Amino acid sequence: MDREELFERLNTVFRDVFDDEDITVTDLTTANDIEDWDSLEHINLMAAVEEEFGIKFTMGQIVSMKNVGQMADIIQEKLG
Amino acid sequence: MLRELEYPFDNEYILKKSKSLKKALLKEQTKRIQKKIAVLGGSTTHDISKVLELFLLNYGIEPVFYESEYAQYWQDVMFNEELQDFAPDIIYIHTSNRNIHEYPKVSDSPADVDGLLTQTYSHFETMWQRIEQVYHCPVIQNNMELPFYRLLGNRDASDIHGRIHFINQLNEKFYQYANAHQNFYINDIQYLSSCYGLDKWSDPLFWHMYKYALCLPAIPNLSYNVANIIKAIYGKNKKSLVLDLDNTLWGGIVGDDGVENLEIGQETSMGQVFSEFQQYVKDQKDIGVMLNISSKNEEENAIAGLEHPDAPLKPEDFILIKANWDPKSMNIQNIAKELNILPESLVFVDDNPAEREIVRQQVPGVSIPEIGSPEQYISVLDHSGFFEVTQLSEDDRKRNEMYKANVQRHQQEAGFADYSEYLRSLDMKGTIKAFEPMYMARIAQLTNKSNQFNLTTKRFSQSEIQEAAADAQKLTLYGKLEDKFGDNGVVSIVMGDERQTGEMRAVWGDESEEKTLHIELWLMSCRVLKRDMEFAMMDALVEECRKRGITKIKGYYYPTAKNAMVREFYGLQGFTKEKEDENGNTVWYYKIENSYEHKNKVIQVNSESQR
Repeated sequence: MDREELFERLNTVFRDVFDDEDITVTDLTTANDIEDWDSLEHINLMAAVEEEFGIKFTMGQIVSMKNVGQMADIIQEKLG
Repeated sequence: MLRELEYPFDNEYILKKSKSLKKALLKEQTKRIQKKIAVLGGSTTHDISKVLELFLLNYGIEPVFYESEYAQYWQDVMFNEELQDFAPDIIYIHTSNRNIHEYPKVSDSPADVDGLLTQTYSHFETMWQRIEQVYHCPVIQNNMELPFYRLLGNRDASDIHGRIHFINQLNEKFYQYANAHQNFYINDIQYLSSCYGLDKWSDPLFWHMYKYALCLPAIPNLSYNVANIIKAIYGKNKKSLVLDLDNTLWGGIVGDDGVENLEIGQETSMGQVFSEFQQYVKDQKDIGVMLNISSKNEEENAIAGLEHPDAPLKPEDFILIKANWDPKSMNIQNIAKELNILPESLVFVDDNPAEREIVRQQVPGVSIPEIGSPEQYISVLDHSGFFEVTQLSEDDRKRNEMYKANVQRHQQEAGFADYSEYLRSLDMKGTIKAFEPMYMARIAQLTNKSNQFNLTTKRFSQSEIQEAAADAQKLTLYGKLEDKFGDNGVVSIVMGDERQTGEMRAVWGDESEEKTLHIELWLMSCRVLKRDMEFAMMDALVEECRKRGITKIKGYYYPTAKNAMVREFYGLQGFTKEKEDENGNTVWYYKIENSYEHKNKVIQVNSESQR
């Protein structure tokens, strides 16, 4: 899957989870950029991303993600 | 009602779409009761409350939440004034085995283990006792799920040093407390986690990452289970099953295949599946679920199928059997009407998706589970929690018989020219007395369940009922009715207050010119409509007022979507309408004359006030 398609799918997930159709995420997007993205919503976001791509993150991966770009890297790595 | 929130539901979908589901629910024009719910956690509760809110809204309950700070469940109950100010209607305590801080060590003596068990249990019991003393509200308490590993392997279950053994012993103590306290309900997460799969449920990632005691995707199962207990406490359980016959209660089509070729009984695998399902349905009668049939069949074929010698269910297990070629939606509406219950109290079970869809369209409010294939029928129905049992009264066990007797009464009614002659033929005997301890549970249940014949639709918890009974300025009456077909149990409640309540004063202004009784609640079960029981209650009320020197009775009617049948009730009782506001709320008064003549002439009443 190319990076563009991956971000398109990530956008859909973000819009669903935060119920906001205006969200567009980039490599550099972090929790500071999205109003409702707090530690409590983070867990739902992780679950929704896992479901979308049919993958499971390990704890180590979850704690290492610093922005959406790094999240995308891990997803790409997992999908092989 | 949102289909997405009916069992079997898609857990991931609910979690992902919780915000838009909530919006959709709030858009619905349904009237909901508001309840204050304190969620006190021993671990994170955020998503648990969030999903619980969805299920409750879907059940017609609008929750206002108090959530404890992380893992502050015990401290909040014991010391937090904020929780007291919140004055919860229900307290849900979400604890788990993550809140057990010390387990037996292999070197411990039996006495050590026993001491540790008592100590662990006391921590909880102290908290429950405090709730009982201070909050007087129902408590929903998780039991403990099993641990996700076994130090002693298989021996962990039987050896006193095993964690599994310890948790089972602790749960046993929880159950003893539950059995001894009426407002205390166990939320069985041990069962939920085993259905879900304990390894997945207890995935340590969620504990270490987010301090959740269960995995995120399991949360809808947990919240649904809690919502079911809450809706049952507030009288929102379903009351009746309406079942299809062909391929629902047996395999095959009785009209085409003939009774002898139906799949039912122990001869074939499919026959066994249907037999197990029939037995499950038959057992529902014991918890007060009313059984009915709606089937497209010739009636004689339907009866012949039900008389199959190997079938657990028999024709006499059902109250109404509608076997005809009319649309099922029509039969279902008729069943609701004949039983005097609302369509939303019915659960319709049919293997045919097309029939389910038509009924869904035509009779809104009826619950219609996606029942799956025959071997799944039981688990879908059971896990749906339609008939969640929060208490088991004698009335529940006898409900089917009582409603059957009602149907017989209607049949007999047709044979009498004069209605009062018919009523006299029923040999009705009533008991009307002030609230008594043995009926408190039933009285509270009635105040929460009755919607149609209910003048103010005020809901009371059992502790409020007990407080009212002990209050000298309150007048309380319950009415029981028996007749030659059977005992209807407690069917009517009247509660009055010699003081005008603040709520009434706010609406209608102050009234205090003479000794007056304000009726805060008058309700009757619809199973005894048109039996003159309401007149017997009026007679008893007047008599009791006279004993107290009360000369005036004030009645209040507050309209709801369901109680239009009693709009003119006070008028029929001889009250005079005094006021009406723009919302249709009315106030009525009745001057008690010395010449009061008893209105009831057909029920022989036994009450303490009668000489």
